[in-house]
Parts: sequence; C-alpha cells; structure tokens
Amino acid sequence: MWYLCMFFHRLLDYRKAEVESLAQLFLDDNDKWSSLEWRLPLHHHPDSPFHYVDLPSEDVARNIANRSILVKGMYEIWGEGSSYEELEECIRSYPDERKLPYLEPGTTFKITVDSFGKVISFQDQNDRIQRFTYIPFKGQVNLKNPDHKFWVMETDDYGSSNGLPPVDGRRIFFGREVGGADRSLLPTYQLKSRNYLGPTAMDAEMAFLMANQALATPGKLVYDPFVGTGSILVAAAHFGAMTMGADIDIRVVRDGRGPDCNVWSNFKQYGLPMPVGLLRADNNLPPWRPGLKEIFDAIICDPPYGVRAGGRKSGGRKLLKGTVDPYTVPDDKRTDHIPSTGAYSLVECVHDLLDLAARMLIMGGRLVFFYPVLREDDHVENHFPEHPCFKRIATSEQILSSRYSRVLLTMVKISPYTLEIAEAARIKHIDFRENHLKWLEDGNLHSAVFSPDPQLTATGDSKLSKEPKPKYRGKYV
Amino acid sequence: MRLLTHNMLSSNIKGVSNGFPLRIEVEKVVEKQVDFNADFLRNMFPKIEWKAFVDAAKTIGYAELPEEVDSSALDSEEFLNKFHHALLELHLEEGALVCPETGRRFPVSKGIPNMLLHEDEV
Repeated sequence: MWYLCMFFHRLLDYRKAEVESLAQLFLDDNDKWSSLEWRLPLHHHPDSPFHYVDLPSEDVARNIANRSILVKGMYEIWGEGSSYEELEECIRSYPDERKLPYLEPGTTFKITVDSFGKVISFQDQNDRIQRFTYIPFKGQVNLKNPDHKFWVMETDDYGSSNGLPPVDGRRIFFGREVGGADRSLLPTYQLKSRNYLGPTAMDAEMAFLMANQALATPGKLVYDPFVGTGSILVAAAHFGAMTMGADIDIRVVRDGRGPDCNVWSNFKQYGLPMPVGLLRADNNLPPWRPGLKEIFDAIICDPPYGVRAGGRKSGGRKLLKGTVDPYTVPDDKRTDHIPSTGAYSLVECVHDLLDLAARMLIMGGRLVFFYPVLREDDHVENHFPEHPCFKRIATSEQILSSRYSRVLLTMVKISPYTLEIAEAARIKHIDFRENHLKWLEDGNLHSAVFSPDPQLTATGDSKLSKEPKPKYRGKYV
Repeated sequence: MRLLTHNMLSSNIKGVSNGFPLRIEVEKVVEKQVDFNADFLRNMFPKIEWKAFVDAAKTIGYAELPEEVDSSALDSEEFLNKFHHALLELHLEEGALVCPETGRRFPVSKGIPNMLLHEDEV
C-alpha cells in the first residue's frame, strides 16, 4: 500500500536512506531484500518533503515513522488534488471500508492544517477545516489526545525564489496519520546539555541518523573505533544496542575532565547502559586476538579526516619520517613511557577501517561512517572507498563549506573475509608504513580545504569568480 | 574492563606469535549491575574463547563457570545468568594485562586497558 511520507525539510540526502534502513528492521524476512518503491506526487521536485512510499502494512509504516528522525509523518492518503474541489471528489471516491472505521461514533479525532512553503492564518485554517463537512465524522473532536489524526497539507505554486524546491502546481493532500518521528529526543540529547564534549563530538540528530543507518537494536554489539567522547555510541545505546569503543588518545577515554565528566558520565547522564568496553587502542594496529572475527553487528564512526582533527597512529613521528632508527625505550623507563604517535593519513585510516570491518562484522552487518569529499566537481559518486566484502547501500551528503562536504556511507557486509583479502590488506599495510610520507601528502585534505582559492588569487576579484548562488537552499538546510 | 573485552584482546607486539590470552594482574575488581539480555548472550557465546574466559573469571575471583560447555547450555537459565555475570558484570577496574610471551604489562586503569604499543614494539 502507498503511504505519503512527509519529511522534515532537513538533511535531504538522508531522508529516504533512513526510511529504507529502518524498513530492514520492521519488514518480514520475505520482503526484506527488495528495495522500497518511491513515487513523487504530481509536479513535485525530488527535494520536496512529500514522497509516496510503498509499504506492506500500516504497522510497518508506523514503526518506521516512529523510530525515524526525519519523517514528520506517515499518512494514509484519502485524497489529493490541485484544488479543494478536486480533493473533495477524490475523498468521496475513496473506498468507504477504508474510511468508515476511523469515523465511527465513540472515537475521537482532530484535523490539523499544515502547509509547506507558506503560512496559513488561523482563520484560513479554520475555513479549510469547515470544508470537510462532506466527510461523515461521527466521533468527538479531541485536540489533545485524539484516536485519529487527520491532516490537510498544502503546497503552493510559488516560484523558486523563496529558498525552497520549486513546485509547479498547487497540491493539497488529505490523509490519516499513521505515525511520526519523536523529535523530542533531540533536545534531550542535544550537545549543549552534554557533560563531556570534545571538539568533534557528533551532533545528536546526526548521531541518531547514524545509529538508524546501522540498525542499532537491543541484543546487538556496536563498535566505534574512534570513540572520542562517545557521542555516536550514545545514540546507539539509546536504541538499546550494546556499545564498545576505542580511541588512541588515552586522556579522552580514561580521564575526560574529571570524575563526572568523561565518556562514562555521558551515558549515565541519560540513564543509558554503559559501554561494555572502552579501550585505548590504535586503529592501525588493532589488538584483537588472532581468530576473532564476525563479532560486531555494526561499526559506526566519524574517522579523523584531518580537517578539524587529524588522525594519529603509533610508530613515532621521527621514525615514520625515516630520520632516526627505531627508538628503544630504556628498561627503567618502560612503565610510564608515553609512546609518540605519527600522523595517520585519511587513505590509510579508511583502508584500516574497511579491513577491520570486513573481519569483525557479522555477515549482513553494517559499516556506517563519514567520508570527506572535496567539492571540486559536482559528481563525486565514483571516488568512494570500496571493498570486496562490502556493498554500499546509501550515500548521503552533507555540505560543510563551499570547499568540502562529508558523506555518510552505509555499507553492508555481503561476503566473508577470506585469507586472500587478509593477505592483500597486510601487503597494503606494509606499503603504507614504508611510504608514509608519500601517503601523507596524497591523503592530505587539510590544505585543500584551507588553502587560498587559486581562482580568487589569480583574478584578484572575488565577486566575479564566485560561483552563482544555488537557486534554493536544498541540501544546505 | 569486562571479561568480554579481555576475551577479545591479545598482545600485538611485533614478533609475538601467541599473545592470547593475556594474563590478568588484579588490583581492584568491582561489580556493576547490567540489564540481562539473553539475545546478546546467545550472539556472543559462539565468539567466546571458553577456556580463556573461565581462567580469566577465576583470576578475578569468580569460579562458578563450567570448565567445558556447548551451545545446548544456552537453554539453561541458570547458565545464562552465570555467563551474563562473568561476561558483563565483573570489571577489572585497576590492574594490568600481561603478554604471555614477553611479559609486557598493559596497564588497566579506571577500567580502561591501554593497549598502545611503544615505539620499539611496532
């Protein structure tokens, strides 16, 4: 059955991906592996907040909507049209057996008027509601806690100048609400109320989206190899998953900023179960026992990509540059020795992450991580990391500046980690080690993001060479 | 650090061929209650290296686990409770993990094992 899915007008690239991921949690095994069908309402732009989606049952639609972050509402549409007359005709011809159960005496209901891209005054909202007298409502009105919620949703044929995706014609929908996102959890988890924060803590909304992409549910084990202050794992723990995290910086994972301001306290603050394990380890040389594999259900992370925070790996700065022989720690200084670390290029970091995930994820397990891309060309589709064990199922871009954006990649493990793959990864690992400087230069995003724009410096006239402004805000919201 | 984590870790010092299981040096063990989730235990059970797990539990003072076990034990609630307790509720708060081959100590402090290697060990 087709349901109208109205999204919050945010993070446009993430909206369908979230619904498709959540469908995996709630669909029967038979339906699971076929992808969802989507359809746009007449004249709507793909960035429009209105999308029809085909789902097998109302329960599935409700469960998806209630768990989601970006679905404002999922509706069974009784009618739609370009005018109220057309809408009436459509609602009248909608089968009675679908309508009458929700109109019965003894039930309570509410009609809400909503609009996209314009404001409707209170008086006009009331006038619109009065038009629906042709629907035989037998129940009582209850505005606070109704059994059934009906929605009138309108879009207008405004031009493209108001910062919203252009719509060609006016469209009005009337439908019954099936479910909607509980965004009240966002203020609860917002970063400004978080006790322990780092410079790159993941904001709550994005962390929840990541946890949804990773299908975090009770009974699963979710791992973050760059745990930092735990901001991503908090979201996974909220959905009931067991969590585990590692970081190379011991001050972050062990000490925090005191006894009540550390990774543990971030979980305690929300009454969430503590991570089952936190450790200090290097993603480049992970300390997992030989033979351990397929233990995590999902790996979620925001790798250090060297723009706001750079990655580190063990080995020592000078040694990696090849200027000195390996430093031997004197025996009497071993106990409290703090090993120096060297820079960790993005390419190597992502290589290690994919290798780790290929080995440690269960079959069908998900790897969800951010990957930075430079916005030199409009199409970046083919530059994403790949691995023979994984299939990429979602690619959601969030634009951060005119120079670069980050893309949330969701990958599913589709084939087992073989000896050949392990060997290839080992050889690559050695290559990274031996050609440390070369990889560091090739994989350096920082200079590309912060260096002066060559166009600007060449012409000296910033106004002329500026890119034309986008016609509407779209992905920037 | 819980025994689940201990069961996953080994010493990865360069040249060490068998760094598992790490010997546990106990200074302080604490118990923290964790919500029971049978699904999670069933998922974890086949991944656990059982002998190392039983030995580790004994080292930190819990000797109730059977020496040998197969997956049929997962039907027993009594077993699941013990498994749950040993896997998730016992924490090595202070102490160390010791590499069985080289004797290198990986300190555990505030419940966090520090597995980072020195420059000459990578």
